[in-house]
Amino acid sequence: MIQTGQNRIDQLFADRSRKRFIPFITVGDPSLEVSFEIVKALVEAGSDLLELGVAYSDPLADGPTIQRASQRALANGVTIADVLAFVAKLRDAGINTPLVLFTYVNPVMQYGVERFFADLAKHGADGAVIPDLPAEENAEATAAAKKYGLHLISLVAPTSESRIKLIGEQASGFIYCVSSLGVTGARSQLRSDLAEFVQKVKASSGLPAAVGFGISTPEQVREVAAFSDGVIVGSAIVQQIERNLSLLAQPETKAEGMQHIKNFVQQLASGLQ
Amino acid sequence: MSTFNQQATVPDERGRFGRFGGKYVPETLMNALEELESAFADARKDPAFLAELAFLLREYAGRPTPLYFAERMTEALGGAQIYLKREDLNHTGAHKLNNALGQGLLAKRMGKKSIIAETGAGQHGVASATVAAKLGLSCKVFMGEEDIKRQALNVFRMRLLGAEVVPATSGTRTLKDATNEAIRYWVSQVEETFYVIGSVVGPHPYPYMVREFQKIIGEETRAQILEQIGRLPDEVVACVGGGSNAIGMFYPFLHDDVALCGVEAAGRGVDTAEHAATLTLGRPGVIHGAMTYLLQDEYGQVQEAHSISAGLDYPGVGPEHAYLKDTGRVRYTAVTDEEALGAVQFLCQTEGIIPALESAHAVAEVMKRAPEMAKDQVIVICLSGRGDKDVMSIQAALEQKGGAAE
Repeated sequence: MIQTGQNRIDQLFADRSRKRFIPFITVGDPSLEVSFEIVKALVEAGSDLLELGVAYSDPLADGPTIQRASQRALANGVTIADVLAFVAKLRDAGINTPLVLFTYVNPVMQYGVERFFADLAKHGADGAVIPDLPAEENAEATAAAKKYGLHLISLVAPTSESRIKLIGEQASGFIYCVSSLGVTGARSQLRSDLAEFVQKVKASSGLPAAVGFGISTPEQVREVAAFSDGVIVGSAIVQQIERNLSLLAQPETKAEGMQHIKNFVQQLASGLQ
Repeated sequence: MSTFNQQATVPDERGRFGRFGGKYVPETLMNALEELESAFADARKDPAFLAELAFLLREYAGRPTPLYFAERMTEALGGAQIYLKREDLNHTGAHKLNNALGQGLLAKRMGKKSIIAETGAGQHGVASATVAAKLGLSCKVFMGEEDIKRQALNVFRMRLLGAEVVPATSGTRTLKDATNEAIRYWVSQVEETFYVIGSVVGPHPYPYMVREFQKIIGEETRAQILEQIGRLPDEVVACVGGGSNAIGMFYPFLHDDVALCGVEAAGRGVDTAEHAATLTLGRPGVIHGAMTYLLQDEYGQVQEAHSISAGLDYPGVGPEHAYLKDTGRVRYTAVTDEEALGAVQFLCQTEGIIPALESAHAVAEVMKRAPEMAKDQVIVICLSGRGDKDVMSIQAALEQKGGAAE
């Protein structure tokens, strides 16, 4: 069992002077093998923590881009057990970047909440984000995460004003600040009051705050990094994967497709330098 | 039933019906649900709100709807006396308006200018569009692409009433996906928009609130049957998709010695993969913000439901039904597409009433049940809606069967 003090997320945020880049991909989009190589490329491109999406039939918090990624992964039959094995394989390959699973609550319930966190720890993951499990419903998951030295990452939204304290009390690892109202997906503009909102979350919880939803350009990454501890980019990266699907599908062009994705992520992460 | 020890109040303050219900939604919506909960609690204590709702239900919707003794149907089946609660005579043709009026008034009271709704058969969409027109609100209705094809008449009605019909193109393109799209839209516009959920599903306080707006069905039925025959019925039967007409009908009878039966859609049969018999064949899980019975695979991926009736074509069910199934207070059963079609024809020919395909499921169950009962027993069917919207699909299904209506 991993002790809380040794959780990779805590190690990462022990130094809060550095801003962290946190990409998201859906595992199994377009295949488990390609996802494995994408993760390696993401790490080489300067990622500090990775969010690994578990495909779900009804991803309520996700916009069209990640919905399509989910559909592609589901068509490959990817399950929680596959994603856990995927994590173990990354660890075996020497990747020591903190990893959190992004999954909806129903698959976790069917897997078994306690068993899910036990297996996360066993396979070398560091935590989970469950977007449809708000503070009022997460007691069992919070206890299980704690038992296995993992973090259940709490989300805070711009509408959470009166709930920031409640969420802060049970949050651990870092807080996932939702940048704007709506589902995941690129947005051309971020809210003008975002900085103030993130400051409030940090002050109230004492935890590092990473911002996600709608961030898609190096400029936005730089803007958000100025007042947060980390920047989460999902749909924009998944979109790059989607654009390169045909290249990734052919052995002779796969390297080229991977390079496009890596370049894109390097550009995004460069917003933090 | 005297053996039924229901808690004095379900749901509890966490929105739980036993282990079912709750609020499994993205954080962005939690504040809106809290506001809704407190606005609803205030409204229920406000005599002016209650008076306005009562006025609209009476003068606009045409309530109370009749409780009608179906004499020829009773004779034809040769058993229990059958009464029909005529929700099909409610304005807009179904029970859906009871709830849409309640939530529409609440939206207005909360200062919201626009409402959104999901719809399967289109009845809730029509009810919401109607209420929006009546109250001067803008209205968007999310409807699965597949259902838009099946329910062309209702799509036109919604547009005529000034609503925008937004096709849901994700997933199975039916009610489940329309609800997903409505929730996603709500997340993006939560501060200005009121989401009028059409059934006893979704996160707390919806299952509770919708029940409170629909229980008028059972309250009227109870008073009417006492007046007409001087006693309560032996059994009450209603169809269950999300389950709002059934909860509305059952709730006032929960503590009486009255058998309650909910009828789900068995589609092509409960021994096939194509059905919508959630309570019969599902397992507990989370859909659209509530823990309830759910059609899902072993990994928790939601499965496609199937029913000839768009309103029952849903892989989840209201959490209170899940609770009533587990406590044993309500018996749940399922009838097939074919049985429902037969029931449509039977009711048309014995009573001159074209039932909605949804309601025909309850009629089909009574066609099996009534002949087993004694002639002095009484059974009430909640005839939740009229079938005008379905005549095209009924015609197509009957022609396919080869036994077209002559």
